[in-house]
Amino acid sequence: MSKLPLIVVLSISLPVFAAELPADPLNSPAWSTIAGRYFKGQPVVFDARVKVTAPASAEDPLDVPVQISAEGLADVQEMLVVADLNPIQKILSYEPLHAAPSLAFRFKVEQSTPIRAAARTRDGVWHLGGVWLSAAGGGCTTPSYGSADPVWQTRLNEVRGRLWPADGRGTQRLRLRVIHPMDTGLANGIPAFYIDRIVLSDAKGLTLARLNTFEPISENPVLSFDLNGSGAVRVVGGDIQGNQFSAEITP
Amino acid sequence: MSRWRWLAALAAAVASTLASAAGFDYQLQPRKVADGVYALIGKTENFSRENGGNIVNTGFIIGRDGVIVIDSGPSKAYGEQQRAAIARVTDKPIVQLLLTHAHPDHVFGNQAYPGIPIASLPATAVTLTQSGDALLGNLYRLVGDAMRDTEVRLPNAAAADGAFSMAGRKLRLMAARGHTDGDLMVFDEASRTLFAGDLVFFERTPTTPNADLPHWLSTLDSLDSLDFAVLVPGHGPVLHDHAGIAQTRDYLRWLRDGLQGAARRGLDMPEVLQLPVPERFQQLAVLKTEYERSVTHLYPAYELDTLPTIPRSKPK
Repeated sequence: MSKLPLIVVLSISLPVFAAELPADPLNSPAWSTIAGRYFKGQPVVFDARVKVTAPASAEDPLDVPVQISAEGLADVQEMLVVADLNPIQKILSYEPLHAAPSLAFRFKVEQSTPIRAAARTRDGVWHLGGVWLSAAGGGCTTPSYGSADPVWQTRLNEVRGRLWPADGRGTQRLRLRVIHPMDTGLANGIPAFYIDRIVLSDAKGLTLARLNTFEPISENPVLSFDLNGSGAVRVVGGDIQGNQFSAEITP
Repeated sequence: MSRWRWLAALAAAVASTLASAAGFDYQLQPRKVADGVYALIGKTENFSRENGGNIVNTGFIIGRDGVIVIDSGPSKAYGEQQRAAIARVTDKPIVQLLLTHAHPDHVFGNQAYPGIPIASLPATAVTLTQSGDALLGNLYRLVGDAMRDTEVRLPNAAAADGAFSMAGRKLRLMAARGHTDGDLMVFDEASRTLFAGDLVFFERTPTTPNADLPHWLSTLDSLDSLDFAVLVPGHGPVLHDHAGIAQTRDYLRWLRDGLQGAARRGLDMPEVLQLPVPERFQQLAVLKTEYERSVTHLYPAYELDTLPTIPRSKPK
C-alpha cells in the first residue's frame, strides 16, 4: 500500500491505454481480464480519489456491504463496480446525473476477491479504486431465501424507503429497500431473476440518477443514494422479467 | 549439500510430519477456580490455525460419584484432550456433559464423550440439527488441521431450567437467551460458581451472530441479583465480581444505541463500520473484527425500522 500514492501520481499525469495497462495495485490475477472486458481501448488510471469501503472480511457472503465514492473527482459520468473473482463480475453501473458520485449497496460474494469501483470522467478516462475482500464464499451459488419461501411472491417489488434532508452535506440521502430474490441463475434449478434498473427523478421529472444492477446484488437490495437538490423523489425500477415497481419517497 | 546433511534434513521433515499426524496439542491446563470446580481457559483470539480453535472457556465440576463437564470445545481433539486433562485431576468417571449453547467453539468436542449423556436446551439441539454441518464446515476452514475427524454429535438429552442434582452435586441450571436463542448457565450451589457461557464475556469483545440484544441485556440484568463467588465467562479470564457482567452490558448497550442512532441518521453499513469505538472498549480483544461482524449481524434490523413501506403506485 505504501507505493500507492506514487502510482496514483504517475497515473493521473499519464493516462495509460489498454495496450499498456498500468500495474494493478491490488495484484489481482484477473486484472488483465477485467481490463480487457470492461475498459478495452479506454484510458485507465488508478486514482486514490475513487474509494471502495467494505469490511476486510465477508461475515455474510450473501450480504457484503460496500460503499463506493469518487468525491473530489469532477464530472463523473458513470461508475462501474466489478468483483474480479466473482463468477459474475459486474455488480452495477451507475450514472449520478444530478447526484454525488457515491453509492452504498450489498452484494453476494463467491470467494475472496478484489472489489473495484471505476469512475468515468467527461474526458473518457476511467479512474479506478478498490480493495480486497476476504470471503469464505458460496454467496453466488446459494439459493435465495425467497426461492424457498413463496411469501415473497405477494411482496415482490415492495419498496421501503426514506429521505434524509441535506443538513449541510449538499445532498439529500435516499435509502431504499426493495423486496426481490435477486437470483443469480447459478444456484441449481433456479433461473436468474433480478432487478436490472432503477431510475430516480425529482418532482419535476428531472432524472437524478440511473442505476443498472446485476445478479450479484444481494437479495432484497438495500441502496443508499446521495442526491442533489431537495424534495420528493420518484423511484421507478424493473426486473429482467418485466415486473415493474415505482414509489414516491417524500421528505 | 552433503549426503549426510541431506539425510538429516529428510529425517527432520519426516519427524515433523509424524508430529503433526499425532494431532494438534491444545496444552490444556485445568485451573482450580473453587473446591472441586475447574476451568480450562482459552485464548481471547479469533479462530486460527495456530490456536486450533481454542478460544473458549470450558470447565468441569467434580461430584461425589462423578464429573460433570461443561462444554466440549471446538474439535474432537480438544474433547479428547479435555478428557485426558480431567483424568489428570480425578479418576472419577465423567457422568454428564452440559452444553451452554450451539456455537461451534463450545460443542464440537462432543465426539470424545460417547455413551455419556449430552444435555442442552432444546433450542441448542435445534440449531445444531439445522446448522451443525455448516458451522462445522466453517470451523474446518478457519482452523484447519486441528479439526481433523471432527463430526457433529447432537445432544441426546434435554436440559431444563431448575435444580439439577448429579453425581451427588447440587447444581442449578438457568435457561436464558440473548447471546443465542438457547443459553444455558450452570450454577454450582456448593461453591457458588457460575458458568455463564457466552452470556458473559470479559476483556474479549462479545460476538453476536445469533444475538438478540434486548433479551441478552435483560438476562444480564437478572444476573445482578445472583450471589456468586466465582464467574467463569465463556471467553476471557475468570472473575470474582460483577465486572464481566457490567462490561458485557456496557458494550452491548453501546452497540444497540450506536446502531440504532446510525440507522436514524440514515447511514449505510459501510459508514457504520467506520464509526469510532469509545476508548473504554479499546482494551477488549479482537474489537475491530467483532465490531465489524456485529454491524453485519445487527444493523439490517435497525435500518429496516427506519424505512417505512411506501404504498404501491402505478408506474408512469
